[in-house]
Amino acid sequence: MPETEFAVVGGGLVGMAVAYGLQRRGHQVTVFDEGDIAYRASRGNFGLVWVQGKGAGMPDYARWTRLSAALWPEFADELKRKTDVDVELTQPGGLDLCLTESELADQVARLEGLRDALDGNYPFQVLDPGRLRGMVPEAGPAVSGATYFPEDGHANPLFLLRALLGAFRAEGGRIENGGTVSAITPTRGAFRIETERPWEAAQVVLSAGLGNAKLGPMVGLNAPVKPNRGQVLICERVQPFLNYPTVQIRQIGTGSVQIGDSKEDVGFDDTTAPRVVAAIARRATRLFPLLENVRVVRAWGALRIMSPDGHPIYDRSTEHPGAHLVTCHSGVTLAAAHALVLAAWIGGGEPEIPYLETFSGKRFQLSSAA
Amino acid sequence: MVDPVPLLIMGSGPAGLAAAQEAVRAGVGALLLDEQPTGGGQIYRALGEATGERQKTLGTDYAAGAPLLTVLSAQCLDHQPGATVWEVSPDGTVYYTRQGQARAVSAEQVILCSGAMERPMPFPGWTLPGVMTCGAAQILLKGAGVFPASGAVLAGSGPLLLLLAKQLIGARARLAAVVDTTPADNYRGALKYLPGALRTPGYLLKGLSMIRTLSASGVPWYRGASGLEAIGDDAVAGLRFKVRGRQHEVACSNLFLHQGVVPNVQLSRSLGLEHHWDGLQRCWRPILDGWGASALERIAVAGDAGGIMGARAAEAHGRLAALGALNRIGVLSETERDRRAAGARAVYRREILPRPFLDRLYRPHPDYLQPADDTIVCRCEEVTAGQIRKYVELGCLGPNQTKAFGRSGMGPCQGRVCGLTVSEIIAQARGVPLEQVGYYRIRPPIKPVTLGELATLEQPEDA
Amino acid sequence: MASGSNFHRLPEPEYKRLTMTFDGRTIEARSGDSVAAALIAAGVTVTRTTPVSGVSRGPYCMMGVCFECLMEIDGVQNVQGCMVQVREGMSVRSMAGARTVSDARTPGDG
Repeated sequence: MPETEFAVVGGGLVGMAVAYGLQRRGHQVTVFDEGDIAYRASRGNFGLVWVQGKGAGMPDYARWTRLSAALWPEFADELKRKTDVDVELTQPGGLDLCLTESELADQVARLEGLRDALDGNYPFQVLDPGRLRGMVPEAGPAVSGATYFPEDGHANPLFLLRALLGAFRAEGGRIENGGTVSAITPTRGAFRIETERPWEAAQVVLSAGLGNAKLGPMVGLNAPVKPNRGQVLICERVQPFLNYPTVQIRQIGTGSVQIGDSKEDVGFDDTTAPRVVAAIARRATRLFPLLENVRVVRAWGALRIMSPDGHPIYDRSTEHPGAHLVTCHSGVTLAAAHALVLAAWIGGGEPEIPYLETFSGKRFQLSSAA
Repeated sequence: MVDPVPLLIMGSGPAGLAAAQEAVRAGVGALLLDEQPTGGGQIYRALGEATGERQKTLGTDYAAGAPLLTVLSAQCLDHQPGATVWEVSPDGTVYYTRQGQARAVSAEQVILCSGAMERPMPFPGWTLPGVMTCGAAQILLKGAGVFPASGAVLAGSGPLLLLLAKQLIGARARLAAVVDTTPADNYRGALKYLPGALRTPGYLLKGLSMIRTLSASGVPWYRGASGLEAIGDDAVAGLRFKVRGRQHEVACSNLFLHQGVVPNVQLSRSLGLEHHWDGLQRCWRPILDGWGASALERIAVAGDAGGIMGARAAEAHGRLAALGALNRIGVLSETERDRRAAGARAVYRREILPRPFLDRLYRPHPDYLQPADDTIVCRCEEVTAGQIRKYVELGCLGPNQTKAFGRSGMGPCQGRVCGLTVSEIIAQARGVPLEQVGYYRIRPPIKPVTLGELATLEQPEDA
Repeated sequence: MASGSNFHRLPEPEYKRLTMTFDGRTIEARSGDSVAAALIAAGVTVTRTTPVSGVSRGPYCMMGVCFECLMEIDGVQNVQGCMVQVREGMSVRSMAGARTVSDARTPGDG
């Protein structure tokens, strides 16, 4: 007799969103989470609820991201109602700032490609320096322009994790933490979770981030994820000055300014930390020269979890029915879709959207065979 | 680009100055960085400029630092005061800001002598303006000749509380009260360590002299106090406490707190060095060998930063760390290192003998290790003990999770003031030993540094 | 001695007298004083309000650890007052909550 209906392995933003989504639909869920020092992508998350630019080469990913962004307001309200935690969601639209003409041209080409793939339904705007300064007067003279997408926004990833945990617990969910799940063994229609003491679960959801690469094959699932290093700088609290989140810099609810290099093409990843930090600081002060005297109080080396094509992997095992796998590097943006839509699919409901199968890890096997 | 230096010493307290002396003696040009404007650390702060009046008020232990300070004028020592170190890399690169300019310098050997800081003593009202540490009162005296002439209460436990009382009485301050929180059973618990302490009796004799001065002064002296609460609206106006069940209230305009000092481990933590929990001192200390060397080949830690030992032991420890480092860079043979170390080793062994007795005697009162729910523990982000306990109930196992959930330790002090308290609270709430709970993961920069300074940072060339 | 201060100075005529201002008020200091020490000597208790709840705070550790004595010194905000020595004519202001994004000092002034 299984001790739990669902074992969710990994209690980060991805695992907790799915676990909460399952539990709120009446399933009985146990989350297995590691200890205090465990490597955690969730804590290094930049906090963007971001649509702009995502889904190049996979329009369904753009659709999925937009669906999640659209679900976010009701999701944030639900979490506030259940836990009294305000996850500081605002969706005023967001900016991707460019320092050179060619950077801007590349960016525009990418968004145009997405617009074509989505049959014209992709309402981004290109801001010349004049229009940009109308919206963000603080942008420096070196900024050559920006793209704006009206559905972009941001939230507090740490408060989101706390809210998900609180809501999950309030729904009767259970947390087993402090141990590492070393293996998962399929056993006659159920799964043995090897941790400090073995557990038996009827179904299992792998949401262990980088750990999925190792755990997936044990239940017939493929998750060739790799770490992708990024740095986040966190500055002291300042009075509100920035009305829009940007890919490079955002001001969080407490006033702290957060600086990241989430642009994947910046190519910082192979250098040592202080050099990376200096490069990020140089870019930040060119974008916003008035930040020059603002102090950095923390720096995060955040590892993103990247699949080969950078898009999420959602899968269920045909070899071992009842095993599911969830991996992505946008745990904040996709939290609403994970809790409200993906969890329903994992729970055995009819998929509310037609394209979830697109995200199967089988796509990597096919491409490597080709 | 700054040329690599053979030896970089961070901090110019007794350990750092003694390390610098050994480097000078070996003819090695060391770089000595210190955040303060003058050398001496906190114990010998501003001693080089102190008048006779100030030295008289602070006593002979302060003046005793003078011979150490002479090293600051040595030709081959590059002493840079006012230098804020904000990152040390495991490869021996030290990043610091001085006069508004960020720099990086590579060193063959780095000795961290970042000293001690006051153990936090959280209770309701401890964040009110006018509530300071006893260490702060000493810094006011040493650095500016300023002292509370009236209306001050000293509260807490430990030698510094008594020393400060004696110094203030000597300066003719009218103290409102001394409120001693040392639990009565600490005296019994410390007894078994007394024979060890008596082998270096100087500390105990000094303690007795402080007690005599305080007794004879007529200052109200409450012993066995608990349940402290500072009261006041915009600033502290009084202290409430209990002694043997009876409630007391003393009006005051300043309240100086102390419950011992703990190693400043911000840098050793940020380097990822392993620390172990010292149950007697109730603090973390980096794991070091007999020469203060860490698991990182280029990094050593000396003095109180490696475990509370006091000024004289720290001085000896600084010498040992420097001799070890000079050997590692090939300046001193092992034989020569050991020969030069013999005296310092003997001093170190002798001076740490009274520690277990003092540590046990002045073990903090449980009230201030486990503050009540409504007490602020993270002063920067105003997070209470109750919030930490709530996060544990939600499933947090350690301080990094409670930090993520409630921002404790995320303010400008970067967890220095709340770190120990948060770990203590989590350990008790979970019912596990503190070792199992761990500590904040400290990441550089360990001191705030402006984006402009970072952006203009000169980097050492690639090796 | 400044009126209203419980703090006195040791009789040390050797130290040079300096003047600075705090929120517009003239403060007498001595050479070697940190800004925080000079303010305490002059009877100043509150040096900022917090960005979290707006309550008053003053210097606490005096050795650069606690960041309670953040103030604006010669136009630069959130400076640790205990870590800066007084200079003649220095202008010091208390901080009210979070800093503003730009200092009065323009970048490049040094």
